[in-house]
Amino acid sequence: MEKNKTRFRGIASGLTKNKRRNLLLSMIAIIALTVFLHFTEQGATVGSYEVRVLNLCAVYAVLALSMNLINGFTGQFSLGTAGFMAIGAYTTSLLIMPVSVKAKVFYLEPIVPWLENVHWEGNFGLFGALLVAGLITAVAAFIIGFPVLRLKGDYLAIATLGFSEIIRIVFTNTQSVTNGSTGIKSIPNTANIWWTFGVMAFFVVFMLRLMKTSYGRAFKCIRDDEVAAESMGISLFKHKMLSFVISGFMAGVGGGLMASVLGAITPLLFRFILAYDILLIVVLGGMGSITGSIVGAFLITTAKEWLRWLDAGFNIGPIKVPQIAGLRMVVFSALLMLVILFYRRGLFGNKEFSWDGMFRLIKNAPKRVAAWFKPKPKGGGAK
Amino acid sequence: MALFWQNVANGLTVGSLYALVAIGYTMVYGILRLINFAHGDIFMMAMYFAFFAISIFYIPWYIAIILVLVATMLLGMLIEKTAYAPIRNAPRISLLISSIGVSYLLENLATVLFTGVPRQFPSIGSLQNSLVIGGVTIQQLAIYTPVVMLILVALLLTLINKTKTGMAMRAVSKDFETAKLMGVNINRTISSTFAIGSMLAAVGAIMWGQKYPQIQPYIGVMPGLKCFIAAVIGGIGNIKGAVVGGLLLGMLEIMIVYAQPGLSGYKDAFAFVALILVLLIRPTGLFGEKVTDKV
Repeated sequence: MEKNKTRFRGIASGLTKNKRRNLLLSMIAIIALTVFLHFTEQGATVGSYEVRVLNLCAVYAVLALSMNLINGFTGQFSLGTAGFMAIGAYTTSLLIMPVSVKAKVFYLEPIVPWLENVHWEGNFGLFGALLVAGLITAVAAFIIGFPVLRLKGDYLAIATLGFSEIIRIVFTNTQSVTNGSTGIKSIPNTANIWWTFGVMAFFVVFMLRLMKTSYGRAFKCIRDDEVAAESMGISLFKHKMLSFVISGFMAGVGGGLMASVLGAITPLLFRFILAYDILLIVVLGGMGSITGSIVGAFLITTAKEWLRWLDAGFNIGPIKVPQIAGLRMVVFSALLMLVILFYRRGLFGNKEFSWDGMFRLIKNAPKRVAAWFKPKPKGGGAK
Repeated sequence: MALFWQNVANGLTVGSLYALVAIGYTMVYGILRLINFAHGDIFMMAMYFAFFAISIFYIPWYIAIILVLVATMLLGMLIEKTAYAPIRNAPRISLLISSIGVSYLLENLATVLFTGVPRQFPSIGSLQNSLVIGGVTIQQLAIYTPVVMLILVALLLTLINKTKTGMAMRAVSKDFETAKLMGVNINRTISSTFAIGSMLAAVGAIMWGQKYPQIQPYIGVMPGLKCFIAAVIGGIGNIKGAVVGGLLLGMLEIMIVYAQPGLSGYKDAFAFVALILVLLIRPTGLFGEKVTDKV
């Protein structure tokens, strides 16, 4: 044992055997992901279509984290994500579009002079644009938060949904800034896979850290019991506002990334349906789980692409099912219903992934499987 | 001046329609403390039922209306039984998400079943014909809608105040647990609440189709949200409040656009502004009772 211990020095010294193993596994996972991303970016692993799907997965993960922060961690049921995304998406696109393209896109009514010659180029441009998008969205969240965060539960849901729709309606009508209902196209695809995964990784680390601070604990405390939280001296409004503003910032950045990945946006994209899509991810992953949001985003987004065959028509043995547009979305809405009815905690509940947990799961798997086949004991067992 | 009265008639029609749908929201909220997000989509389904009954199967409209009412009523009860009843004791947020899920499902289902292509709603009787009163041209609908609405509300109020079912509804909305202990059949009461709410939504949907005769799967969302807002303005849980709120909101929408035509693009935003103002100034609405939080 002595020999074994002296072999690990530096960062890993003083850690227990399990912790050392976990650190090693995490490092391997991160390196593997980086290598994969590198080759994907080079176009060596998957095609451009799959890259686009992966990009969308990461963007949806950011959006799910944003919604999870306010809904799952702070317990304030907000449905305003789509509106915040719209602000971020339009800000980013208007900042990174080349001047000549702007003139072409805004053919119905010329763009306002103060935006006409703005062009933030390349990666630095995108970084600045995303930052500005996040900040503007955060300010919008701050302003909206003042009246809205006094409300609770379903009233909050409907008021945030209302603001999200107001934002969309305003964007549809401000022709000279947002190009109205025609939307904006030819947005530069600067956001490659490094961008989407980088931003996602940043926000994951940020959320993990945030939840360990006193603010994070206060959020959870408010979620679990507002009255108790208040009597413990937690300022409800301040913390709800903080959570709402951070969530707005993330939604803004996510919206900006989405605009750059998709390349075209219209106000119709940011309907409340988009908020439902993200809600599905959050609920499936587990309200109050960062891991859940990431896994949910990747599962739902890839499944949505993969299930395209449902829309295109398929065969079940001898039965031919014709082309039915929209069948895919029926499957997803039914999935949301099933999860909420039978599996309310979602995949992860409010737990996070850990290597220890994974090993425990593998170790206990045979027992669990065996338990399925055993007849259940009757009578009131302790829950 | 004629234009002014025309707009008043218009506002009254839209307001009465809002009132009819708002009653469904207010009744469900009163009993389950749930914003039934699916109510707007029940409204949409009712429109499709009417479209299929009259335009596709050529059923005479007076029989078709009865069929549509029954079908919508069954749909409302089915939704309650499958999506809300199993999780009645879960946290309220789950119930809310479930209703969002139903709404999402109905919209997507309608897209698959009826396709997203807008359809023309059939005209019923002479409702869409116009009428001249003292130099003002209005649709006959502007007369019929408020009358139908008032008759239905009067019937509903009698039902709630005079019958045993109504008494059960009042008891459940006052105190769920105690009502249960007193032997009120909770399941039946909630079912009948959904049945009544959905039927009123169906009446609203048929009238709405006369005014705005274009149907597509997302048609129910905006009226749904607005009618919920109308219910909040009137004081949620209060039927008279829902009627007054609906009429106020309808009038407000039409009259603001009449006074400031430049704002017509922002028409759908008024309701939300009104909602936020009401929630800030008088969260209980015009007729709502004050509710104190119990720890």
